[in-house]
Amino acid sequence: MAVAAALSPAPSTEPWTLPRRGRVGVLALILTESAFFSIFVAAYIFYIGKSLTGPYPRDVLSPPIINTICLLSSSLTIVLAVRALRLDKIGTFAFWWLVTLLLALEFLAGTGMEWYRLIYHRGLTIRTNLFATTYYSLVGLHALHVTVGMLMILIVMLLTLGKHVTRRYAEQVEVLSWYWHFVDAVWVVVFLTVYIIGR
Amino acid sequence: MEQEIAIGAIEERAELPLVARMHDWVVTVDHKRLGLMYISGGLLFFVVAGLQAVTIRLQLAFPSNHLVPPQVFNRLLTMHGTAMVFLVGMPILTGFFNYLVPLMIGAHDMAFPRLNAFGFWLWLFGALLLYFSYLGADGLYGAGSAPDVGWFAYAPLTERAFSRGNSTDYWILSIFLTSVGSTATAINLVATIFCLRCKGMTLNKMPVLVWLTLVVAFLMLVALPPLSAAQAMLLLDRYLGAHFFDTQAGGSAILWQHFFWIFGHPEVYVLVVPAFAFASEIIPVFSRKVIFGYQVMVAASVAIGFISLSVWAHHMFSVGMTPAGNAFFATSTMLVGVPTGIKIFNWIGTIWGGKIRFRVPMLFSLGFLFQFMIAGLTGIMLAVAPFDWQLTDTYFVVAHFHYVLIGAIVFMIFAAIYYWFPKATGRMLSERLGQWHFWLFLIGFHMTFDTLHFAGIHGMPRRIYTYQPGRGLEAFNLIASIGAVLQAVAVVVLVINVIRSLVNGQEAGPDPWDAWTLEWTTTSPPPEYNFAVEPEVRSRRPLWDLKHPEDPDWLYE
Repeated sequence: MAVAAALSPAPSTEPWTLPRRGRVGVLALILTESAFFSIFVAAYIFYIGKSLTGPYPRDVLSPPIINTICLLSSSLTIVLAVRALRLDKIGTFAFWWLVTLLLALEFLAGTGMEWYRLIYHRGLTIRTNLFATTYYSLVGLHALHVTVGMLMILIVMLLTLGKHVTRRYAEQVEVLSWYWHFVDAVWVVVFLTVYIIGR
Repeated sequence: MEQEIAIGAIEERAELPLVARMHDWVVTVDHKRLGLMYISGGLLFFVVAGLQAVTIRLQLAFPSNHLVPPQVFNRLLTMHGTAMVFLVGMPILTGFFNYLVPLMIGAHDMAFPRLNAFGFWLWLFGALLLYFSYLGADGLYGAGSAPDVGWFAYAPLTERAFSRGNSTDYWILSIFLTSVGSTATAINLVATIFCLRCKGMTLNKMPVLVWLTLVVAFLMLVALPPLSAAQAMLLLDRYLGAHFFDTQAGGSAILWQHFFWIFGHPEVYVLVVPAFAFASEIIPVFSRKVIFGYQVMVAASVAIGFISLSVWAHHMFSVGMTPAGNAFFATSTMLVGVPTGIKIFNWIGTIWGGKIRFRVPMLFSLGFLFQFMIAGLTGIMLAVAPFDWQLTDTYFVVAHFHYVLIGAIVFMIFAAIYYWFPKATGRMLSERLGQWHFWLFLIGFHMTFDTLHFAGIHGMPRRIYTYQPGRGLEAFNLIASIGAVLQAVAVVVLVINVIRSLVNGQEAGPDPWDAWTLEWTTTSPPPEYNFAVEPEVRSRRPLWDLKHPEDPDWLYE
């Protein structure tokens, strides 16, 4: 006897819809990553003003405004890209996707310049003092996440150029965009912590 | 049922050569095989870390004993603790969830089967890395062997200046790897439970075990990253000269304690909530009653999940927090007792008036119920900050948390092994040997850990490798050590039981316990695809509905 029929004397005809696994999976990933970041943010805040020697944040840090604008606007461009893909406008999608990629690259280049200036001109390395320890780890951890996100965006870009990306994959691309939004949201926290509260 | 048996027959393929069969296990993404590999791997390390515990107990059996030197003792202590949490508790429990959750929700596999395999192999190699430290940590420095900094690795003892060589690095990296593996599994479990339930299985109709899996998975997602983050910081300290926990540069040793216990206390619940989950499946089946207060049970577990995130600093009363801090963490700790007490009453309510069958899984569950209650009561005692100041870092604390870890968790793992072994292998475990196992382990457990409470109250500190005669500690320690040997003998009985059943056990059939959840509808062992026809459920006990069409549960739920 068929299990399905036996388990349900009167099989229901109601529709049975469940959330998509990719979306739930990436939300779970975002939750666990948030917990990871919050420990680094907590350490940063705990050690504000506790460095025994200089240089101190206000001596060497200036808010990276352009970088921040670029990264935050990349959240907008990725939304436009996903929307275009849903409508199957591959050309528009590729354009906005490329813009997102370039904005991510700009952000990483900006962070690289900042670190170069701090290390070579100001002599600030991770072992200098507590500020440097927490600064390089928190900003570095975020930059690492931007790098991972950018590599994934790059892969999708290459697949788009190879004409493999179609409307079918809109959901996968959207899931990737959620991760990207998360990376941007973390930057808001890092920016406030490091460049506003911590200075 | 005929059709299901026929499906089982199709599954039996021609015997492949051994190498091919082993290759199948290596490349598998089947949740059942991965689950079994998790459980077997965990049991293997259970034996290793258990033997280390027996060595510790033999060293402490007599005063001024010299069975092992102090340095070796410190390594035994550290490896025993670390291994029992990350290499035994975590894999066995995730193994059971891996095996059971898709079957219980009527799915064919986990949501991300390849991620599942990835998590397992990451765990396995992380675990091997920890024990490889015995050989590898000598390394270039000739300093140190296995980690010896205690399982919670307090700073600044772990800094480069105090822990030379690579032993602490092995501790960091191996636990980091197993944690990443566990996080992957947690993501997978959450996605599986939300996205793959069979038709009709609303959240409110899931078996209690599946609900508690969800609680554990969320706790893992939130609680494991703090440890990984703190370990990353420690690694930066040790290798790049950062100053997170470097007290000479203004770093804080207390911060490590906070980070560790933000992980450490929820971890206790990551380990014990699965024990609740097994109890909530086994006790109703052997009491022949539906679980008492399903919704309250679920709500209490979710509450435990939330409250457990805010109690961590009760491990730190003695570092000298502010009175407000002490009061907050003492109160929140006592608050956990409320939902936990609710659960105990619900299990008693389930047993009450039931037609109890005293089979081995039920015996272990009853032992769990009694011992977990005592563990909870000593927990409430330790939540009182002044009481904790008196007894922290004594054997009272050791006895308290071993009551949780062994009295509750290991007992329920044994219960779960006896209960689901027939499903996974198609063979029953021997009831007679099971009784021997239960009674020997029960007596050994109480000899060891009841007495250690008193050794602690008499002032015996934790982690000492020996003690002097004439301080009133000899009798407690000798009895505790004899108990440890009895527990080891009991585990040998289990091993014999498992091997005998695998070779020549009684056939189990699909549903040997007359149970009610979906895993018992399919063959034992289940085919690779679990269900030939996707099940559809209308109540929390689909098999009851199937067996009693005249009086189905869905009329009343």
